Amino acid sequence: MDMIAEKFDAIVIGAGMSGNAAAYTMASHGLKVLQFERGEYPGSKNVQGAIMYANMLEKIIPDFRDDAPLERHLVEQRLWVMDDTSHTGMHYRSEDFNEAKPNRYTIIRAQFDKWFSRKVRAAGATVLCETTVTELVRDAKDKVVGVRTDRAGGAIFADVVILAEGVSGLLGTRAGLREMPKPQSVALAVKEMHFLPEDVIEQRFGLKGGEGCVIEAVGTISRGMAGLGFLYTNKESISLGIGCLVSDFAATMQSPYALLDALKDHPSIRPLIAGSEVKEYAAHLIPEGGYKAIPQLFGDGWVVVGDAAQLNNAVHREGSNLAMTSGRIAAEAIVQVKRRNGPMTKQNLVLYKTMLNKSFVVKDLKKYKDMPALLHTNSRNFFTTYPQLMSQAAQNFMRVDGTPKIEKEKATAAAMIKARSRWGLVSDAVRLALAWR
Amino acid sequence: MTVAVTLRVEEKLYQNRYLVDSGRPHIKVRPHERPSANLLGLTRVCPAQCYELNDQGQVEITADGCMECGTCRVLCEASGEIEWNYPRGGFGILFKFG
Repeated sequence: MDMIAEKFDAIVIGAGMSGNAAAYTMASHGLKVLQFERGEYPGSKNVQGAIMYANMLEKIIPDFRDDAPLERHLVEQRLWVMDDTSHTGMHYRSEDFNEAKPNRYTIIRAQFDKWFSRKVRAAGATVLCETTVTELVRDAKDKVVGVRTDRAGGAIFADVVILAEGVSGLLGTRAGLREMPKPQSVALAVKEMHFLPEDVIEQRFGLKGGEGCVIEAVGTISRGMAGLGFLYTNKESISLGIGCLVSDFAATMQSPYALLDALKDHPSIRPLIAGSEVKEYAAHLIPEGGYKAIPQLFGDGWVVVGDAAQLNNAVHREGSNLAMTSGRIAAEAIVQVKRRNGPMTKQNLVLYKTMLNKSFVVKDLKKYKDMPALLHTNSRNFFTTYPQLMSQAAQNFMRVDGTPKIEKEKATAAAMIKARSRWGLVSDAVRLALAWR
Repeated sequence: MTVAVTLRVEEKLYQNRYLVDSGRPHIKVRPHERPSANLLGLTRVCPAQCYELNDQGQVEITADGCMECGTCRVLCEASGEIEWNYPRGGFGILFKFG
């Protein structure tokens, strides 16, 4: 390759949300950018639910709605608590979400990432697919100065390397820049793509004209593990999946595909996907460690962004927007350092961390810093016991069988106390409130 | 739940697109007498069921159906029980939808 002789302003490793945001932002500011993607095309290694948040993409590509492959804009969110035969739900649907510039969209990542990558190329970056970066190159002072790949040829040099290599990125962990994620701070999610005609999806969920609905569910579907089920409506498909902490999978030896098949067969889900054709089965890790799992984000000649930096809000199920925003902010910091002709040292790249701390990314993660530990240590209570109690209470309330109402209420209260004790109920409530605060 | 679930992950993997790098598996299991709890767990936890127990009670891997999620790496790389690398550029799982 001729370009090996060239030196780049920046090398970006990975063409997911954070890598594309970083590459696009730097190239738009005139930096000479080289981006590597190990997949056949951008998106071919990437998995997401997926919900995309407009505000964070607007900050990078303001007119994205003109040509981005968007599936449905969301008008309804259903939060379900499930036991084996029921769901108790809180639904929020609003006509206000039918606006000129909707706030949230479902997307299909392989298509979206190809679109984003076209924007990156149009902005002037060079994108090399089917290329796995195998090693970071360092100088005598240990500064990262380039990379080696599995293509023929030697090292390729740049002033700074942006590690956007995803949740289980090998390079940064092998180079000792950060630790590998712990089993209790990553979730394994599996999902299937269920295809159905557009009008069937709209009938089943009461949608019209590109409107979308998502369901997110906790309960006995995760079999006592800390986990979440999800169903997202796309234009002509439904993304259906479930994820639980890897440490819980390892402790219980549950099979993720068995959980997924049981979810598909749940009486509340089965009719929603009836008659669908499954066209793909995917698995991916999701960072769940929150604020306390964020690693060192910058060093001499490098920064880390997106899932590789564990930037994911497990409580609000937001990841791609944190990825896009961290990629954009890292790029803006690099552009600033470059403009004042500063070297890409740890001392200068701290600017990325300073800017990220001021953004919603770090502020949101800080707010929920105690939530991962709480949900992990109390998973059976929060994901099995309470969902079962909630279902019993609801059924007791709905079913009319001649039992005096006062006795029904007493029975519900007694069931709660029997399951968790008075102290347990109060303590769970207080701990949840503190972690939420 | 009373529903009987068939554990046929092959049917799921059959939907996927792969470019297998024949003869160059990207994951290797270190030879062992008896697997650790985590390594044994992979026979159930791996979402592609790549790990299987052989007749001698040792865990073996066939990585062809691997979706490169990294679960096994998180559980078993630090102990040295498995060696995990990315497939060569362009090879491995190629998600159509992702």
